[in-house]
Amino acid sequence: MTDTLTPVLSANWGTEKSWTLEAYAATGGYQAVGTALKMTPAEVTDLVKESGLRGRGGAGFPTGMKWSFVPKDNPNPKYLVVNADESEPGTCKDMPLLLASPHTLVEGMIIASYAIDCHTAFVYIRGEVLHVIRRMQQAVQEAYDAGYLGTNILGSGYDLDIVVHAGAGAYICGEETALLDSLEGRRGQPRLRPPFPAVAGLYASPTVINNVESISSVPAIVKNGSAWFGSMGSEKSKGMTIYSLSGHVNRPGQFEAPLGITLRQLLQLSGGVRAGHELKFWTPGGSSTPILTAEHLDVPLDYEGMGGVGSMLGTKALQVFDETTSVVRTTLRWVEFYKHESCGKCTPCREGNWWLVQLLKKFEAGQAVEGDVDKLLDICDDIGGKSFCALADGAVACVTSAVRHFRSEFEAGYSTPAWELFPYGRSALFEVPEKTEVHA
Amino acid sequence: MSGHEFQSFFGESGEVDMSDTTTSIDEATMSELRELAGRYPQPRSALLPMLHLVQSVDGRISPAGIEACAEVLGITTAQVSGVATFYTMYRRRPGGKHHVGVCTTALCAVMGGDALLERVSEKLGIGPDETTPDGTFSLERIECNAACDFAPVMMVNWEFMDNMTPQKAEQLLDDLAAGREVHSTRGATITSWREAERVLAGFPDGRADEGPSAGRASLLGKSIADANGWTAPKPEEQK
Amino acid sequence: MSVQTKADQVAPVDLITVTIDGVEVQVPKGTLAIRAAEMIGIAIPRFCDHPLLDPVGACRQCMVEVPDAGNGRGFPKPQASCTLECAPGMQIKTQHTSDVARKAQKGMLEFLLINHPLDCPICDKGGECPLQNQAMANGQGESRYEGVKRTFPKPVAISAQILLDRERCVLCARCTRFSEQISGDPFIALVERGALQQVGRYADDPYNSYFSGNVVQICPVGALTSAAYRFQSRPFDLVSTTTTCEHCAGGCQLRTDQRHFQVKRRLAGEAPEVNEEWNCDKGRFAFVSARGEDRITRPLIREDGALRVASWPEAVDAAVAGLAAAGGSAGVLTGGRLTLEDAYGYSKFARVVLGTNSIDFRSRPAGADEEAFLAANVAGKSLAGAVTYTDLETAGHVVLVGFEPEDESPLIFLRLRKGVRKKGLKVTTIAPFASDGSAKLNATVVATVPGAEVAALRGLGLAAGNVLLVGERAALVPGLLAAAAEVAETTGARLAWVPRRAGDRGAVEAGCLPGLLPGGRPATDTAARVDVAAAWEVDSLPAEDGMDATGMLAAAAAGELKALVVAGLEPVDFADAAAVRAGLENAGFVVALESRLSEVTERADVVFPVALIEEHPGTFLNWEHRPGRVNTVIPQSAAPMTDLRVLAALADALGRPLGVRTPKQALAELTELGTWTDPAGVADARPAEPVRKSRTRTVAPKVPKVTDGEAIVKLATWRQLIDGGRGQDGEGALADTARPSLARVSPALAQALGVAEGDAVAVSGGSGWYSLPVAITPGMVEGAVWVPTNSPGTPLGELGVVFGDEVTLSVGGEE
Repeated sequence: MTDTLTPVLSANWGTEKSWTLEAYAATGGYQAVGTALKMTPAEVTDLVKESGLRGRGGAGFPTGMKWSFVPKDNPNPKYLVVNADESEPGTCKDMPLLLASPHTLVEGMIIASYAIDCHTAFVYIRGEVLHVIRRMQQAVQEAYDAGYLGTNILGSGYDLDIVVHAGAGAYICGEETALLDSLEGRRGQPRLRPPFPAVAGLYASPTVINNVESISSVPAIVKNGSAWFGSMGSEKSKGMTIYSLSGHVNRPGQFEAPLGITLRQLLQLSGGVRAGHELKFWTPGGSSTPILTAEHLDVPLDYEGMGGVGSMLGTKALQVFDETTSVVRTTLRWVEFYKHESCGKCTPCREGNWWLVQLLKKFEAGQAVEGDVDKLLDICDDIGGKSFCALADGAVACVTSAVRHFRSEFEAGYSTPAWELFPYGRSALFEVPEKTEVHA
Repeated sequence: MSGHEFQSFFGESGEVDMSDTTTSIDEATMSELRELAGRYPQPRSALLPMLHLVQSVDGRISPAGIEACAEVLGITTAQVSGVATFYTMYRRRPGGKHHVGVCTTALCAVMGGDALLERVSEKLGIGPDETTPDGTFSLERIECNAACDFAPVMMVNWEFMDNMTPQKAEQLLDDLAAGREVHSTRGATITSWREAERVLAGFPDGRADEGPSAGRASLLGKSIADANGWTAPKPEEQK
Repeated sequence: MSVQTKADQVAPVDLITVTIDGVEVQVPKGTLAIRAAEMIGIAIPRFCDHPLLDPVGACRQCMVEVPDAGNGRGFPKPQASCTLECAPGMQIKTQHTSDVARKAQKGMLEFLLINHPLDCPICDKGGECPLQNQAMANGQGESRYEGVKRTFPKPVAISAQILLDRERCVLCARCTRFSEQISGDPFIALVERGALQQVGRYADDPYNSYFSGNVVQICPVGALTSAAYRFQSRPFDLVSTTTTCEHCAGGCQLRTDQRHFQVKRRLAGEAPEVNEEWNCDKGRFAFVSARGEDRITRPLIREDGALRVASWPEAVDAAVAGLAAAGGSAGVLTGGRLTLEDAYGYSKFARVVLGTNSIDFRSRPAGADEEAFLAANVAGKSLAGAVTYTDLETAGHVVLVGFEPEDESPLIFLRLRKGVRKKGLKVTTIAPFASDGSAKLNATVVATVPGAEVAALRGLGLAAGNVLLVGERAALVPGLLAAAAEVAETTGARLAWVPRRAGDRGAVEAGCLPGLLPGGRPATDTAARVDVAAAWEVDSLPAEDGMDATGMLAAAAAGELKALVVAGLEPVDFADAAAVRAGLENAGFVVALESRLSEVTERADVVFPVALIEEHPGTFLNWEHRPGRVNTVIPQSAAPMTDLRVLAALADALGRPLGVRTPKQALAELTELGTWTDPAGVADARPAEPVRKSRTRTVAPKVPKVTDGEAIVKLATWRQLIDGGRGQDGEGALADTARPSLARVSPALAQALGVAEGDAVAVSGGSGWYSLPVAITPGMVEGAVWVPTNSPGTPLGELGVVFGDEVTLSVGGEE
């Protein structure tokens, strides 16, 4: 039986100047590179496959399998692109990782690049996190200076360059094909698949795109073995991962645990829902994952567990809302986010979210009319599963799951403003004068 | 109040402000733009960083900046404009010395972000996407900035200002206005938005070693594990 | 089975079977579901999909249900049929058989309409609008949307010609994809994002593309309109006629729309083998010249030095008197605007009625070797075996000599670009500099000073199956046409001559050259003359050598030619405009057949008004030798007076009947005549060309010596697509999208001259000079200057110089 919490990625976050190469190396950093470079690339890929590591960015695709899709006979250069465009509402795990230990990612990138025969790798970091970018830029420079990057790494004959690339404000660039277009200097709009990035990605060349946490998990796997990794977690959801607890809890924060921990356990660790309040609803993995309620407190937080209750593990971003929260208001704000972030390429997302926001505002203001809940659901049905990428599916998921669990609260929007049912100041962490509750 | 107010007439959308043709782009900037283009296997990949650089020089995406990027990359001005207007970090009009962001995506909004925005807006006397007349502050309602365990969150020049309260926000603005030294809760000393943009363009400012390794919330799980003696399995245990 | 499907016969291995709405259909592998459905007559609604653009899947209108993807498992979600490749055994259910598909499509239409204005009654597209049509066919009667629609200031002039009404736009991105993929002019792009996304341009760089009108045509709503047609008509009030464009030798099919006997607009026709579904802005918008006050509607005769209106019999009598007085001392200048049938009429008129071989269609600089080249390589050929548009795509390598496709044959340019994008085509151009057009073709530019093309051509490695395209300018370089023919023959590459004007190819076929009778028969060949004389039922044809256009005009100027019969031409199109004017003025008698007043009618003794292109039928042969039907767009109560009818009337009055007076008769007679087969069997009409091996220079040309701010350089030039040509008169918005007139020089020459970008330089030729702003052009060959041939205010004909001549370049020259 593994321990409740298993810090691996986060083990060194608190050490003195943890972001420096010196501090990272002092805790065993960069040992895995040496190990990996003595293996063949295929052996590295196989090791990651055997470990059962699945993508930590939301979709949960097996990482090693993704690497193995890169065609060996393609004459074009191969590319590794790390998706550090962490923007999903509620998601806040990659940024602390990069802030505290950017070298973990650099080491993972060297190993992954080696496995897929890549010589130029990119980290695409959202632009709105200046200090994270500073730390990453410096880590890459330190790695060059120490001979972990550049030509003939550690005398192995293997060469690798890493480019740290700042985005410029677009949630959609977290979608891997939109990220590629953005990295090519274009508008970040998703691409048609096929061809898949593994065949024709960046510059129409074979490309692997992985989440920060996925790649950062690789050095530990190389160092400790696939069996070690698989000893944590559940049958199909192996290894440790970072859970991010936020919202109305006493102590929000990052918890690295084996996959399959439950929200009840995490709430216990974080001191529970804030004093005097109780859990109303929560997201398992960001706003795009259908919301759950107290009845799901004991469902394992792994890919299968969350799928089994009609939600998704997503990014393991557990946003907790207590009973003071208006689900109508929260849903509106999420859909406003999707409307703001819709790239505009496809009709249902562009027009549908524009419409949903207007309709939800009517619910919030108590000005919806009889039948609007069904209309809301029908519009969601016209959007869901019909848009170009998954962004709009996420928008629809938060609406339909909210209605599923709290339909009566929406129906209350036929007559009563949400701020009357749930005075907004009560949800805030500080005193808010009631006068601010003036609405359109 | 939900903020993103419904609007049906978009009079000024579609391009950057073509009426302001001022620019500080000089040959040195051009050579830095070319340097950025040279960092990638295909030069156009540098467009986002190049536009960050344009902002650091001109305080916004200027027409001259669009033309410079088009020239360096050999693409059309319309293509550059399409990119410049897609991403929210690119500004059409000059921002303040300090660019203040208040997160009002669902979780932050609920936990006090809405009230914070209102307080900040009142104090500065400007609404979102506006700049104070003295040019010190510009304000933006931002979307989730990946710091939810520190909610409600504000950003100044894209540095984290975690666990905000109205009182802390007022103090922060007062300090910035007075030119006092201000530190990000998980970042460096606050400089200016333009200097931040230069770093985002890919020209480091040497401040990576400032600030802590992590915030308290980031270390929470690790500290609980330490307190309980919990660790990941030892590799030997598997054999 | 005795019956095989066509597809079976083509490539049975590549066929797969899918089932759409219960109907099995075999389609080539790689076919998109939406195309497969079209094959069996099932129309799936769509907006972003366009068969000639890369699939994008943006509008999501074409959703279908796929219960079985061919692997036994269905897709859990409906699929966009425009991006879904058919797989063997795939089951597809469209809106006709699937509730899922129907609901998805209805929902999508509702989304598209929530922000779409209800301005159909005042929208140009109303009545032919895919959005309107599909909303009626597949949408729901009422919208559930209760908000305020998104609005923008309108319209935005994205160029002088193209206007954008953003609130009507459904963001299908057809226009931006066209500009990027098809024409390579991405001066428009999607800007902003999300619900604010819109088509935009950079205000200082308007969408001045030669192909901009296509975006209006493919816009599935009324978001893009043209200044020329906006608010001109309702689609349902228009009468449409399929016809062929008269502006160049491309042979684009057009759909010309008229209302109240006025052409209101022209659209690209659908001719997959020719222009696909595109055309150029000149072909689309330049149709108003001669529709104004300068239109000649009644015959004119000169009396006391001035033209006066005359009756038809009076004018015919006057013309007959003048021509009869000239005896056999007459010549015919036909120009490039004639249909094949009209050209045939002139050819026969010259030989049978005037008794001369002096006839020439080349109202432009012509080369000494050109006629022999045309006789050997062009005349008497047919589409069978000729290089075609489609061949260009798959040729592997196309070499351009004396030919700038984007300016001179825009649909060849588009087809080459398609080949480059889709079929791995390589383009090499022998040209003085890398033009924008060359860049869009990713072409290898062999920078060549005018005159040195032969050496450059011989230095290229061409292979069998490659294509060599020579433009009409090639005739001005001695030996170049012959070298092209020889290179083609020795390498197995295929050769095609691309003339500029729509009537040129037909004129060659009709025998509008002194040395050629119809069907490629040499006028010098006795047997050929006997052959034609028999067909024409005359005793004999003139055996004396005829004069070419320059020769006729020179002879007329010297008083040695007594009469000229002239169809549409402009003096500035010739090498030396002054010489043309002198010829017209000193010819004893000039008969002009024209539709509008011109420099020729000003100098004519009798002027006959002839029909406009939209008023009579005929045929244009394009550069491929492909016949394109010209149909009557504007029906008239009486048969219009065409060139052919006027010629027939004159012939009758002169007592030597022409035998044909309608296009139908003329075409029948020409077809009956057939093409020439040399009875000797060797058919080597190609004269021994002087192959000037000595011109093979391998040294790079040097920067010319600059003395006192002057340099002697070679003149490089071609016509820009939109220029001072009179056929474009009257369409101001089109003219506003023209490329500027510039003098291009290399950086070294600019430095030697001491001029900076935009400074004025004077270009001087034999008979004059003009001044242009300098464009310093990196990579431009040394020792040359490039200027446009006929841009407004600067026609080269006035300088008396042609491509390859020496001109003097000097600093300044502002007037």
